[in-house]
Amino acid sequence: MKALLGLLRKEVYHILRDRRTLVVIILLPVVQVVIFGYAIRTDVEHVRLAIVDPAPDATTLAIRNRFEAAGVFRTVAVLPRMDGLEPLFERGAAQGAVVFEPGLAEKLARGLPAQILIVSDATEPNTGSIVQAYAAAVVQQYSRELGAPRRAGIRIVPTVRMRFNPTRQSSNLFVPGLMAFVLTIISSLMTAISLTREKETGTMEALLVSPLRPWQIIVGKVTPYLVVGFVSVIGVILEARLIFHVPLRGSVALLLFEGLLFILVSLSLGILISARTSSQRVAMMGALIGTMLPTMLLSGFIFPLESMPAPLRAISYVVPARWFVLVARGIMLKGIGLAYLWPATLVLIAMALLLLTASTRSFHERLES
Amino acid sequence: MNEAPAIVVRDLTRKFGGFTAVDRITFEVHAGEVFGFLGANGAGKTTAIRMLTALLAPTSGQAMVAGHDVYREAEQIKCDIGYMSQRFSLYEDLTVRENIRLYGGIYDLTDRQIHDRTTRMLAQLGLEHAADQFVRAIPLGWRQKLAFSVALLHEPKIVFLDEPTSGVDPITRRQFWELIYEAAARGTTVLVTTHYLDEAEYCDRISIMVAGRIAAIGTPGELKKKFDASSIDEIFVRLARPAAASEARK
Repeated sequence: MKALLGLLRKEVYHILRDRRTLVVIILLPVVQVVIFGYAIRTDVEHVRLAIVDPAPDATTLAIRNRFEAAGVFRTVAVLPRMDGLEPLFERGAAQGAVVFEPGLAEKLARGLPAQILIVSDATEPNTGSIVQAYAAAVVQQYSRELGAPRRAGIRIVPTVRMRFNPTRQSSNLFVPGLMAFVLTIISSLMTAISLTREKETGTMEALLVSPLRPWQIIVGKVTPYLVVGFVSVIGVILEARLIFHVPLRGSVALLLFEGLLFILVSLSLGILISARTSSQRVAMMGALIGTMLPTMLLSGFIFPLESMPAPLRAISYVVPARWFVLVARGIMLKGIGLAYLWPATLVLIAMALLLLTASTRSFHERLES
Repeated sequence: MNEAPAIVVRDLTRKFGGFTAVDRITFEVHAGEVFGFLGANGAGKTTAIRMLTALLAPTSGQAMVAGHDVYREAEQIKCDIGYMSQRFSLYEDLTVRENIRLYGGIYDLTDRQIHDRTTRMLAQLGLEHAADQFVRAIPLGWRQKLAFSVALLHEPKIVFLDEPTSGVDPITRRQFWELIYEAAARGTTVLVTTHYLDEAEYCDRISIMVAGRIAAIGTPGELKKKFDASSIDEIFVRLARPAAASEARK
């Protein structure tokens, strides 16, 4: 027990005396969340719109006004003919275009079908289809108001309700995922680097020949970093609330607990990585690649898991962040508790136990095989 | 030296896959003796030491360290030995006093013992003024002597020194050997590996390892007589060269 307290005290000295690293460790997640939080979003705003209106009349002007008023579009050009459009798309000056046929008002007045062409730049398919959908919605809204009932038999008007994120803010989706992303990287780096540093300087050998047990060495390493990681968790949650206004509908205590659990998993992963490597550089690469790619791609943080092929989805089950993203979104956006989140929580606990056991064993292996 | 031997090794072998790093070595180290463990790089010294310090399980053979079996009594061995390597074992961002306290705690000394031994050790090394300085701030030679003293903090029966003097100047090396003699005089058995063959002459007995085997063992005087050589250096080169030559042919 005394030996363990000594180890803990030593680790605290290491952390406190390396002020620069400490500041980096605590601030990095906070800064990363801001940067990524603003960079990764799928909200489509300020769409650059070109309008082709060969013969402006009351109807075309009314529809153009609707586009202006929608708030999503910004008209960058009004052209008399189609042929001016191509260069605008090529230069990227326009992301979407609305093309009216001449004599639109007249055709409508006579009850003839009138056509409006909506063009979007689908270089980025998501943005393209969102622009398309927005534009179509504007036009439909207008035609509905004009009183299409003349032709309609039964009209079905769907009412759409978006639950949990009614304004479809992408930050609500990404920030909980981002928390997982930055916390897992920083946590696994902390232990991976600090253990391999001890290997490089030779102090690890001194600990290994001592009567210390592997579990004592690991507990002595993990505990102080768990505290540091927890400070980051609090910082990141505050930031999600205050800067990105992500709701926190569920229990704060539960979210903090899950955050701590997730950090423990990541720290243990760092120990396992360091047990298999002998230089700080390799450990750093291992921790970065081992956490960053799976977390980015397979946690559902950016890319929805539902649309992945089955083998990839199967792999995602072993990515700790996948479970934490699920839990964090559940607590923050849906306000659900352990009643629904217990399976994910159990998975995280199992992962922590498994990784800690594996790293304790890898210490033994070093000694014995 | 009529006590039981400090280390008894019989046919100790360690294989890594198809490679035999240590090949049936047999030797004894008497209690209180300074035993030099020589060999070229890759001769198997470090593997042998790792087995004797219970860091690595042997493939076959027997070894008793401080009366404990390396297979079954690793924990007891760890309490009875001290260890210091060339890459040293002190934390540079802790002060001298904090390092001593850490290792004292690890070896389960009482606060009283830690306090008394710290005072004694610092006085012996003449480092009282530096007690609260960071280890990184004190010169390499002092650090090495300090590391040695810390390895002896828990008064182990045997201390293993793995190239303790590499990279230090000749004067510090002399001083270091004085510390080794003092420890031996207090009854601590010392097993030391070294690259400096002049240091071999300071040992009570030496063994020379070549390609995993012990090629020669005895007092420096005996060996010089046996090989009809004027220095250990000469013997070493004669023993090590055939192996190096055959290694090159592969």
